[in-house]
Amino acid sequence: MRYLSLAQSLTRSSRRIRIAGLVALSACLFAAATHPALAQGTNDWSELQRGLYLSRVGDCAACHTADPEKPMAGKYALDTPFGTIWTANLTPDEETGLGEWSADDFWRAMNEGIRRDGAHLYPAFPYTHFTLISRADSDAIYAYLQSLEPISQDVMEPDFPFPLNIRFVLNGWNLINFEDRSFTPDPERSAAWNRGYYIAEGLGHCSMCHSPKNFTGAVKDGDAAYSGGMAEGWLAPALRPGSGGPGLSDWSKDDLMAFLRHGRNSRTAAFGPMAEVIDKSTRHLTDSDLDALATYILDLPESGEAPADSEAIDTDDPAMQTGALVYATQCSACHGPDGEGIPGQFARLKGSSLTQSSDPTTVVRLVLEGVRSVPTEKYPTPHAMPAFDWKLNDAEVAAVATYVRNAFGNSAPAVTADAVAEIREAQ
Amino acid sequence: MARKLPKREVVIVGFGWTGAIMAEQLTAEGLDVLALERGVWRNTSTDYAVTNAQDEVRYRFRHDLFEQLSRETMTFRNSSDQTALPMRMLGSFLPGTNVGGSGVHWNGITWRFLPSDFVARSHNEERYGPLPEDMTIQDWGVSYEELEPHYTTFEELCGISGKAGNLNGRLQQGGNPFEGPRSKEYPNPPMDMVLAPKLFAEAASGLGYKPFPFPSANMSRAYTNPLGVSLAPCTYCGFCEKFACGNYSKASAPTTILPVLMRRQNFELQTQAMVLRVLKAADGKSVTGVEYITPEGEIIEQPADMVILSTYINHNVHLLMVSGIGQIYDPRSQQGLVGKNYAYQITSGVTVFYDEETHINPFIGAGALGMVIDEFNGDNFDHSGLGFIGGGFIGQTQTNGRPVESLAVPDGTPKFGAGWKKAMRENYGHSVGIGTHGAVMSYRGNYLDLDPTYKDAYGRPLMRMTFDFTENELRMSDYLTDRAVEIAEAMGGREMTVSRRKGPYSIVPYQTTHNTGGHIMGASPADSVTNKYLQHWQMPNLFLTGAGAFPQNPGYNPTGTVAALAYHSAAAIRRSYLRAPGQPMVQA
Ligand SMILES: Cc1cc2nc3c(=O)[nH]c(=O)nc-3n(C[C@H](O)[C@H](O)[C@H](O)COP(=O)(O)OP(=O)(O)OC[C@H]3O[C@@H](n4cnc5c(N)ncnc54)[C@H](O)[C@@H]3O)c2cc1C
Repeated sequence: MRYLSLAQSLTRSSRRIRIAGLVALSACLFAAATHPALAQGTNDWSELQRGLYLSRVGDCAACHTADPEKPMAGKYALDTPFGTIWTANLTPDEETGLGEWSADDFWRAMNEGIRRDGAHLYPAFPYTHFTLISRADSDAIYAYLQSLEPISQDVMEPDFPFPLNIRFVLNGWNLINFEDRSFTPDPERSAAWNRGYYIAEGLGHCSMCHSPKNFTGAVKDGDAAYSGGMAEGWLAPALRPGSGGPGLSDWSKDDLMAFLRHGRNSRTAAFGPMAEVIDKSTRHLTDSDLDALATYILDLPESGEAPADSEAIDTDDPAMQTGALVYATQCSACHGPDGEGIPGQFARLKGSSLTQSSDPTTVVRLVLEGVRSVPTEKYPTPHAMPAFDWKLNDAEVAAVATYVRNAFGNSAPAVTADAVAEIREAQ
Repeated sequence: MARKLPKREVVIVGFGWTGAIMAEQLTAEGLDVLALERGVWRNTSTDYAVTNAQDEVRYRFRHDLFEQLSRETMTFRNSSDQTALPMRMLGSFLPGTNVGGSGVHWNGITWRFLPSDFVARSHNEERYGPLPEDMTIQDWGVSYEELEPHYTTFEELCGISGKAGNLNGRLQQGGNPFEGPRSKEYPNPPMDMVLAPKLFAEAASGLGYKPFPFPSANMSRAYTNPLGVSLAPCTYCGFCEKFACGNYSKASAPTTILPVLMRRQNFELQTQAMVLRVLKAADGKSVTGVEYITPEGEIIEQPADMVILSTYINHNVHLLMVSGIGQIYDPRSQQGLVGKNYAYQITSGVTVFYDEETHINPFIGAGALGMVIDEFNGDNFDHSGLGFIGGGFIGQTQTNGRPVESLAVPDGTPKFGAGWKKAMRENYGHSVGIGTHGAVMSYRGNYLDLDPTYKDAYGRPLMRMTFDFTENELRMSDYLTDRAVEIAEAMGGREMTVSRRKGPYSIVPYQTTHNTGGHIMGASPADSVTNKYLQHWQMPNLFLTGAGAFPQNPGYNPTGTVAALAYHSAAAIRRSYLRAPGQPMVQA
C-alpha cells in the first residue's frame, strides 16, 4: 500500500507511508506526447505550466481529484442541499473524460455551463464565476487537462429528485441566477485590485463558500456577499465586517497573505475546507497574484448591516464560571491563560473574528471534533486540536464556547447546551 | 521463501532518534531512503493529545509506548556461573517501539560528554597508573573536538534550553564550568525553575559547588528549528518522561524531524516491519539487505546498497548475532567483539522531607526541569586514593507528582494500610528527591551473547545479558551518594531517606534506559566493531548507530552523544563514503 497524500499517510492504519506531491510535470508531458487529439498549444511547455497554475488558482483538484492516485479523474461526491453530485472526470479519457472535447467545448462549459453534448451543468460547478475568465486562460487550462494521463472513470448522474434531475430545469435557474459576464477592468482601481477581482470573482470562486446562498442554492450578492456562508458544515467566515461578524477588519495585508501562503499567521491556522484550499490552491499563487487577491479581499466594502450588538457576558455568569474552569484545565495549555495562543502554532482566541462570529457552529465543532492544520513549507508541523466530544458534555462545551467568546476582551452571544446538542447530533 | 522487493539505496532499520537523523541527512543528500520500523505510526497532536495523555496506568504501568516482550525479549543473569532466565516484564530499562522510538517518551536531558570521556583509558592510565586487569575500557577513536559541531547541530535541532558554561574556551557564569568548549550558546534559555531545584541549587552553592540548569529538550519558549519545524513552550504538565508530549514541547524525532522528512519524495517509511536478520553477501565482505516479517507473517527480503541499523543497542547487537555478522564475544577466551563491553549506569537517591508549610508542588514538572552539579563527574575531581575511576552528576529534577508512581514517604512508614495513607497525605507535596547518575566502566565479565536455551517467537535465540555492578562502580556510587547527602543536609528539611545502590544489579526496578556497548567503536578492528564513523570494519556498507558504539558508559545521559555520533557518521557518508561506496572510510 502506498499513500500519496499527507492526510492519508497520517492515518494509523497505513503502513507504507510516502508522500508525493502533485503529478510531476514531466509525466504529464509524456502523456501529452502520446495522446492523439492534440489541440493547438497543448505541447507548449509554458502554456501547460500556465494551465497547471490556473487550475490551481481555480482549485480544480479540490473537487476533481477524489483519489490522489487518479488526479483530476473526478467522482468526488459533492453534497448539496438538493442531493449528491459526482464531479466530472477532467482527464482526456475518450469514453469517460474530456478526450473528445475541443477547446471550444471547454470554453462553453466554463463560460456558459453547457456540456459538450449541449446539456446544462449543475451550478455546483462554478461556471457562474468561471464565466468571468478570459478565453486565453480557459484554453491554457484546457491544454493542461488534455496533457494529463487519461484515466477511465465513469461518473454517475446526480441523485437529485424530480424535477431537479432534469437538466433542462436549469434553464430557469440560469434565468434567475446566471449572467454571462466578461471581465472589464475598473480604470478607477489599481492594477492589483483589478487582478484580485479577476481571481476572487473568477477562477478563485471565493464567494461560493464565503457568501450565504439563496433558496435556489445560488450565491447571494449585494450586501449579503462575503458576509459568511457554510462549507461542508463549517462556517466560512465573513470576509467583510457586518452582520456576520467583524470579518477581517483588523487583519493586515501581511496577515492575509501569510495565511493564504502558509496556512498560518500570527493569529490563526487554517483548518477544514480552507486548509484544503490553501494546500491545493492559494499556497501556489505567485507573489503578485497573492498580493492582488489580498488587496481585493481587504477592500471589500463594509456591509450595510451593522454587526449585531453584543455586550460581553459578565464573568459572574454561571456559564462563564464553568467555562473558565473548563478553559483553564482543557484549553489553556495551548491557547494560553490569556487566550494569546502561540504565533504560528496555536490559534489566538483573543480578538479572533472566528471565535466571535455570530454563528457559533465552527467554535462548537472545533471543540467537539478537533481539527488538523495544513502543513506547508513554512510550517511543516501538522499541529492539530484534539477532539473533546468524548470528554465534555453539551453544557460544558456550551460553557467553554461562551467563555472564549466573552473572555479576553471578546464579546459574542452565549452558546446554549441545546445548540451544542444539535451540532453534535448533526455530525 | 521470502518475497523479494526491488533494491533500495539506503535501508534504515529502526526509526527512533538515530534512524530519523540518518534518514534526514541522507535524503538531504538526494539518496533514496527506506526506513523499516517494527512499530506503528503515531500522530503527535492527536494520539498524544493533552486531553488523554495524562494516563499513568496506560502509559507508565501498562507500557503503552514501550516495547512488548510477548514476541521477543532477552535473558538475564548477573554472572557467567548462573543460568540466565527470560525477562518477562520490562523494568530496569524501558526502550520504546513505534515511530520515534524511545525518543518519544524520554526525559530530554541532553548532555555533551567531557573531552576526557572519549579517551577514558589513556587519560586515566596517565593520571592514575594501570587500571584493574578485568576493566576493559577503551578510547573511542573519536574526539570531543570532532563531535563538537555535531553536538551543536543536535542541540539546534531540538532547541535545547540551557546555559553554556564554556563558550570557545571562555568560562560562563551560570553554566557548567567543566564542559568542553562549545562553539555556541544553547538555542534557548534555561527553563523556569520551581522551588525544589532552587532549594537544591542554594544548598549546593553554599557548599561551594557550581549548580547549573539541566540542558533540556523541553522547550523554555516557542522555537523554530533549522529545518523549519516549530516547537511550543513547555507547560510543565508533569507527564513527560515515560509519556509522549502532544503539545510539541519535547524534542523527539516526530516533533523535530518528521514534519519535514515525511514530505521528501525520496523518503519512504514502512511501519510494522519487524526486521529479523541482516543478509550477508556470499563472500562475507558486505551486506546485501535485510529480511523482515509483516504482521500477516509474510517474510520480505529488502535488498539495499547500504544498511543502517538504528534499532537501539539491544536489538542492534542481537541482529548482528543472529545474522552471523562478526564473532560473538567469549569472556573465557577473550575472543570475539560482538556483545563485548556491555555497560549500564549506576544511580542512587536521597529524599528530603519538609514540613507542611514548604509547598513543593511536584505536579509542576517536566522531564528535564532541574538543577545539577558536575563537580563529581568523569575526571572533574582528583580520584587519587579513592579506589575508583569515573563519576556522575548529582541533580534535582522535578519531573512529576504523579499519583501512583511518585509518592515518597519517610523511612519506617508501613507499606500499606492506614499508616501508609497518613504518611502519604502528610508528605505529598512536601518532599524533594536528589539523584546521582553515575558512569559504569566495562569489564571482561559484563557482556551480551546468545542464550543457549530460549528462543523468540520468530525462532531466533534470545540475546543473553550478563551484567553486575562491580567494586569500582559501587564505591563510586557511594561516594556520589555521600556528596548528595551533604547537599541534602544543607537543604534544611525535616528528615531524609537515603537509597544507596547496592549489588547485585537487578533488572526489576527502573533505573535508566542507558544501556551501552556491544558493537563498540574504536581505532582498530582488533578491538572494535565499527570505526569512528560507525562503519562496520569488515562490511563497509553496514553502519550501526546508537549507544552500542560506546566502549564504556560515562556519567551522563547518552542521547546528546548518540545523536552527535549519528551526525558525524552521516557527514562522513555524505563527504567521502558516497565517492567510494562500499569502501572503508578508515583503513584498518
Ligand atoms: C524513560 C526514558 C527516559 C530517557 N531519558 C533520557 C534523557 O533524559 N536523556 C538522554 O540522553 N536519554 C534518555 N533516554 C534514552 C533515549 O531515549 C535513547 O538514548 C534514544 O532514544 C536512543 O536512540 P536510538 O535511535 O538508538 O533508539 P530508539 O530511539 O529507541 O529507536 C529504536 C527504534 O528501532 C525500532 N526497532 C527495534 N528493533 C527493530 C527491528 N528488529 N525491526 C524494526 N525496527 C526495530 C524500535 O521500535 C524503535 O522505534 C531515555 C529513555 C527512556 C526510555
